[in-house]
Amino acid sequence: MKQSSLWEHKRVEEDAYLRVRMNNRWTLYDPRLAWMLVAPVLLLLIFFLVLPIAVMAAYTFFTFVTAGVETSALTPANWQEFFTDSYYSGFLLKTLRVGAITALLCGVLGYFPAYFIWATSFRHKWLLLLLLIVPFWISFTIRTFSWINILGEQGVINVALLKMGIINEPLQMLYNEGAVILGLLHFLLPYMILNVYVSLEGIDRTLIAAARSMGCTSAQAFREVTLPLSLPGLAAGLLLCFVLAAGSYVTPQLLGSGRDALFGNLIYDTIMGELNWPMGATLSIVLFVVLGFFAAIYTRYMGMSQIVKGLGG
Amino acid sequence: MSGTRRKEEGRWAWRLTGFVTLCVYIFMFAPIVATVILSFNASMFGGFPMTGFSLQWYAKLMNNDAVLTAFRTSLWIALVTAVATTAIGVVTAFALVRFEFPGKQALSTLVILPALVPETILGVGLLVLIKAIDQPRTMLLLVLGHILLAVPYVVLIAQARMVGIRRVYEEAALSLGASRFSSFREITLPLLIPAVVGGALLAFTISFDNTSASLFWRPAGVETMPTQILSMLKISISPEINALGTVMILVTVGIPLIGGLILQSLTKLKRRGEPKEEVR
Repeated sequence: MKQSSLWEHKRVEEDAYLRVRMNNRWTLYDPRLAWMLVAPVLLLLIFFLVLPIAVMAAYTFFTFVTAGVETSALTPANWQEFFTDSYYSGFLLKTLRVGAITALLCGVLGYFPAYFIWATSFRHKWLLLLLLIVPFWISFTIRTFSWINILGEQGVINVALLKMGIINEPLQMLYNEGAVILGLLHFLLPYMILNVYVSLEGIDRTLIAAARSMGCTSAQAFREVTLPLSLPGLAAGLLLCFVLAAGSYVTPQLLGSGRDALFGNLIYDTIMGELNWPMGATLSIVLFVVLGFFAAIYTRYMGMSQIVKGLGG
Repeated sequence: MSGTRRKEEGRWAWRLTGFVTLCVYIFMFAPIVATVILSFNASMFGGFPMTGFSLQWYAKLMNNDAVLTAFRTSLWIALVTAVATTAIGVVTAFALVRFEFPGKQALSTLVILPALVPETILGVGLLVLIKAIDQPRTMLLLVLGHILLAVPYVVLIAQARMVGIRRVYEEAALSLGASRFSSFREITLPLLIPAVVGGALLAFTISFDNTSASLFWRPAGVETMPTQILSMLKISISPEINALGTVMILVTVGIPLIGGLILQSLTKLKRRGEPKEEVR
């Protein structure tokens, strides 16, 4: 949308000309037409995003009678239960911890490939990038359960170690928090790498050449120029990984035991298992507000544009 | 002396970067490769070691009615989602790039929210809404939900492409007497084709893959492919799932790759008569 002012000036004249052609009533870029064009998406967002969250917020004050039944008598009981029962706050803290660990590991492990792809002189760079996108095409459920073939009792690692005689009985590597984090890492690393790569790609390479010619070592040039300039991408990746990890449902379900369930699983069980809709709504709103809080801090300092770029814009 | 030592350090740092990169790539693809290999295992159990090559699990899969039904369901949902999302998303991107209107900024933020809000929350929210107004879960609801999940990506892709298309082309058509619709169809849309195809493919895979939200939204008794896999995994890990995984990989990786190839040959064919596009 960036246009030079000269170009903008010419446009005003053209607009004036075209406006006459469009018989006065509707200008060429009439806001009314814009509203008509965005109407479908606006309706979708209102009825499937805004309204549900608003109704859900109202539901948190409804009274739970018995499984699947509630009345609209307003009560603060759900919120009281949430704030007094340490079961819930424990779940929330564990979820945030797992999300933070996952995001940090993604940041550390994702920076190297992003930097490598950006800096390499390898001719088929596109292939490395394509390989990063391919996992997005493969079913998330498939990718998650495929770890069972690696970590499970009959997985690659156990079978190999048994064959070599290093261990006598299979190691228990599945169904613990480590396996959940591993699965999340596997799912989120491409997001992180692409985010960092996008911001590295935006760096003016002559800056680095300048730093080098002024006597910086390559390490200094990296520390003083490349790293600071790539931080927006890293920050966007961290936020994205954190939010997606903390909101995950499938990974803890497949790779974790009951004890490794995260907040998403708690919400699912509360609604689909216990049929306690008001409590389920309360927990959803809690997760929404908490994750929204982190996203708000992020946008306060970084703005939305980096996230937009990272998502494929 | 210190100069050569520094150079040495730089080389080691670069080697380390390359090594970690290699490890990350192996990490990303090892489980997938293991799954594909195991799908051909003759053994009764879903794991290593390989005892021989066999296609029995694929044969078993072809006779599994629940799986075939789920596959067809997912395919239809994904196709409808892809077409509808692309139409909605491209028009939205056109409006967001070309027009100035009040609330534009708010709308462009709102439109990417579905990609950032966890699916569990979106899932519960919609469910609570239809419970509040006493409506059943229907297929239409599931499809519209999938459109919501895919629309941010399509809008972003189309917007990125749209920004690079100069509006003089459309305006030239208008000033020569074309209607708005035909100027969009004849000028804008052809220039947008890469974004249209890319967006449609992405919307297809997002819908075909969707698990968490579909668990909430699917009508009673309906299974999509991912939810079917999830319920199969709850019972036991049979080698059939590895075969199913391989088929899914072929579908979801094959379709975008073929699409990309078609796109490439299309643009090659078209490039002859087309004015060279300016990158601004």
